[in-house]
Parts: sequence; C-alpha cells; structure tokens
Amino acid sequence: MKVYELSAVALREKVAAGEIKVREVVDQLLARIDEFDGEIGAFVSVDHAAVRSRADSIDAQIAAGNSSGRLLGVPVAVKDNICVEDVTTTCSSRMLETFRPPYSAHVVKKLLAEGAVIIGKTNLDEFAMGSSTENSALQQTRNPWNKEYVPGGSSGGSAAAVAAGFVPLALGSDTGGSIRQPASYCGVVGMKPTYGAVSRYGLVAFGSSLDQIGPFARTVEDAALLLDVISGADDHDSTSCADKLPLSLEYTADMSGLSIGLPAEYFNTAGLAAEVKDLVIAAVDNLKAAGAVVKEVHLPMVKYAVGTYYIIATAEASSNLARFDGVHYGHRCEKPEDIIDLFSRSREEGFGDEVKRRIMLGNYVLSAGYYDAYYNRALKVRRRIAEDFAQAFEEVDIIAAPAAPTTAFKIGEKASDPLAMYLSDIYTISANLAGIPGLCVPCGKDSQGLPVGLQLLSGNFKDDLLFKAAYAVNNGNVGIAF
Amino acid sequence: MSKITTEDVEKIALLSRLKLSEQEVEMFRGQLGDIIDYIEMLSEVDIEGVEPFINAASEGNVFRNDDRRVESEDITTEQALQNAPQKDDGFFKVPATIASN
Repeated sequence: MKVYELSAVALREKVAAGEIKVREVVDQLLARIDEFDGEIGAFVSVDHAAVRSRADSIDAQIAAGNSSGRLLGVPVAVKDNICVEDVTTTCSSRMLETFRPPYSAHVVKKLLAEGAVIIGKTNLDEFAMGSSTENSALQQTRNPWNKEYVPGGSSGGSAAAVAAGFVPLALGSDTGGSIRQPASYCGVVGMKPTYGAVSRYGLVAFGSSLDQIGPFARTVEDAALLLDVISGADDHDSTSCADKLPLSLEYTADMSGLSIGLPAEYFNTAGLAAEVKDLVIAAVDNLKAAGAVVKEVHLPMVKYAVGTYYIIATAEASSNLARFDGVHYGHRCEKPEDIIDLFSRSREEGFGDEVKRRIMLGNYVLSAGYYDAYYNRALKVRRRIAEDFAQAFEEVDIIAAPAAPTTAFKIGEKASDPLAMYLSDIYTISANLAGIPGLCVPCGKDSQGLPVGLQLLSGNFKDDLLFKAAYAVNNGNVGIAF
Repeated sequence: MSKITTEDVEKIALLSRLKLSEQEVEMFRGQLGDIIDYIEMLSEVDIEGVEPFINAASEGNVFRNDDRRVESEDITTEQALQNAPQKDDGFFKVPATIASN
C-alpha cells in the first residue's frame, strides 16, 4: 500500500478498519519526506521521534477498541505560524527562531482530539507576509511541479507538502490569499473559510480583521473534512462565530439550481495570462455542463482592493507586531544601551525586509496627519468592496475567477519589486476584505506543466457551496507532483 | 514622484522601533514611495456617507464576564517566562527605563 497516494478519507478508513497501522503510515511518509524534502524545503521542522511515538499511542488506542477519531491516524502538516505546545513555532523569522509556545492553537487541539498526527511545521513567508515563501528567513521552498519555481505564499510550505505527497492534509492561514494563491501554484485544493468560522486563537496575528486558518488537501472531500474538524465557536477568539458551518462532506457533480457569476473586472485584467483564462473558462464550462447557470456580474470596486488591503493589513500588522520587543520572547540584541535601543536593535536584527516594510507602511498610514487620508478612507472603501460582493450574491450563488493572474513565477523573479509581488494577489485579496469564503481548486496545467487554479467565492457562511462546486469541476485532483 | 523623504523614513522607523542602516533608509524610501503612490488611487473613490468597515465578524462585539477562565488552561509563571531572553527571579529583565539623576 502506497500511503502517499491515499486521500485522508481513504487513509482514515483503512486505519480504522485495522488494514494498516498508524506507525506504518507515518514511517512511509517520513521516509518520503527524508528522501525528497531536502530539495522541496516544505518543512521547517519534523520531529521523527515525536511523530512515531504519537503514532504508536494511536495504535494502542485502536487496539484498545477506540477508533472513533474523524482524522484517526491521518498525518497533517501545520504552518509554522500556528502554535503547537512546546514545539518550536518560528513564523519563519529570526525573531522567533527558538520560540516554544506554552499552549496549542484551538485548531491544533481540535486536530489532536480527532486522532490526527501532526507530522511537522511548514515554511512560510516571514510572519505570513509575502506571496512566494521567498521571504522566509529560514529556507527556500520549491514548487514540487518544477523546482525552479516558487510554491506561492505565504503558506507555500503547506501547499508544497500536500502537492509532494508528504501529507494528505495541511493547515495554512490566509490574510490576502495566502492559502488560495499557493494552492493554485501547487495544484492542490486550498480554502479560506468565512471570517469567524475558525478560531484564530494560537495563530500568530498578522492582520486580525483579515486572518483565517483554512485547509489544504488533494481532494475536495478531504478539504471539507479538515474544515469541519477545525471550525466552530471558541471563547478564546471573540470573532469566532457561534454557529458551526453546515458542511455536507460528501458531494456529487450536480450544480442544478445554482448560478455562477463571472465578474467582468476579473477577466478583462491586462495581466491575466491567456492560458490561465482559458483553463478557468473551461472549468466554468464544466460547472455549466453539471447544470449551473452562468452569467456576468460586476464588481466595480475590486480594482481598489490591493490598495485598500495594503493600508489595512499593514496598519493591523504594525500594531500586532509591536509585541516583538526583545523582552517577553523572541530575539534580543546584545548589550542594549537603554530600553529604546533594546527595542529598536532587537527588531532591526530580528525582522526581515518585508516585515520591516509593512510595519513602517502601517505606522505611516496610521500616523498623525495621514490617518484620515489613508487608514480611515481605506476602511470606507473596504465597506464599498464588501457591498459589491453582497450585491453580486443577490444575483448569483457563486462567483468564479482565476486564483492568480499567472501560474507560478520563477524563484527570484519578483524578489526585488514588492509592488509587483503584491499584485500577484489581485484576485484573492477582496475575499479577505469582504470576509467571505474563497476556495481554489486545480483546473489543469499550462503548457509548462504548472498548475492553474479556479477560485470560487460565495456569500458569508455559504462555504459548503464552494466545496460542492469544486467537486463538480473535477474533484480537485491533478495528482501528486512526483 | 513620491513624496516620501529620507526624514519621513527616519521618523517612521523611530515610530516603528527599527534602527535602520543608511542603506536601508534609502531602499525603503524608494519602495515605500512606490507603494504609497499606488495606494493614492483610493483618493478617487466616492466615500461620502460610507461607514468605516471595522468588524469583519457580522455578529458585532462579543462580551464575557470579567473573571478567571478555566483553571486548567492557566499557564504557570515558569511557562510565561520560558521564552524570555533575560529573566530574573520570576520577572522579565530590561535595562533601566528611567534615567537616574
């Protein structure tokens, strides 16, 4: 049995039926990680002994007659900005290189309660700031489909780990597209739930009004199962919603009675690659063949989304990252002259360029004299963007769009041009601003063999519609990269 | 051309508690200038009468009683200090914050 080819659902069934031991599952995947992750760089840490001991304890539990966990024996990778108690959580930053959280994130507790095995922590752009995972201070992650290319970001390690068959499931976080864009580049299913559907407790905060944790998987059912496990109310996150998302978990390719909107503004973009556009349209044709009605919709305000995002996200980041001061945890400079020197040199040494850029931009747009011109104006434009979507969802159930304007770009190609990098997120950012759910499902490969993703968006708490439509496209599977 | 000056970058860096090198000041002046030029496009949006969008969670604020939560979830002083770069006798240690005269 080749474990790396199995979906989470199939793997769980085999484990529960006693067809395979969890120890065998993790041994096979650890061997695959040992063999290939040297070139891919998806994981920043894998504790082999801890993984094996967890597997043995689940096997013992099964032998004792308890095989009820919904992720029983299923290996899951966790983005390294999500806290796991006593496991180093670096945010791929020098600042937190040795940080060991004294508690686990809500989503991690949920995973463990359902019998999952956390196999390792994955690489990201430092503090989740970036679109290629090149901003990691720890290592380069390569796209499993072609190692000259980036995996996307910021959850590039999680996307690459799933695409490479290291794990069937992974958790990422999405503040402006950090799950959906790498899912698109790596040819996997990636989903940002409705804001508030999943607790952010234990996720290192970047833009608190935008951040959501969500699933990566190779099949739609697997992604829905993982979301079902992690979603729900948590009194440690006052923005988590009381009602649990209704998810079907099993889907059929039947779109009858549902309507799909194609936003003119998303398809007439100058930077949209012709091959991406053609594959996305072909995927929408699949939905039409499955019974959906397709029509054009308009989102006139989305052209302001990137600008709005880089004001709001950086303003929130400048505040959230003020906690890294060289005192409570994280990097501390040598021989500080005074307290200001301690703060300023610890932060200068601990943060990389992109993080510094965003902290400064955030402090600029919040500073006296600029607050109304930038921050307050951006909050109002944000409402107009959200209203655009609300209006579109009066007309259609789902909006379909590309997940990114191009397939993955080459490592180094955009590294020195932050604005060009920001524009690779033009299709994903609006969902975070509006708070709505968004999902990326693979819909083919371009002539270079790089995956293309279809993005599906729906109204608040209609997350299940996205899984249903994604299933109707092709059940998500473009296969494992190698 | 961007309005951001070297002095602006130095001022923001101080507010941000980042001790930048001269080369960094110059690099960020150019890059922040490009980004700010780009976000200026928001000035053309009609925002007359539009309320700021502050809370993405549709349910509004959630309140709880101002009391201790589940005791089993408390962390100990040792745990709270386990990542402190410098500590002393159960406290975080910092340089003098008020000058003596």
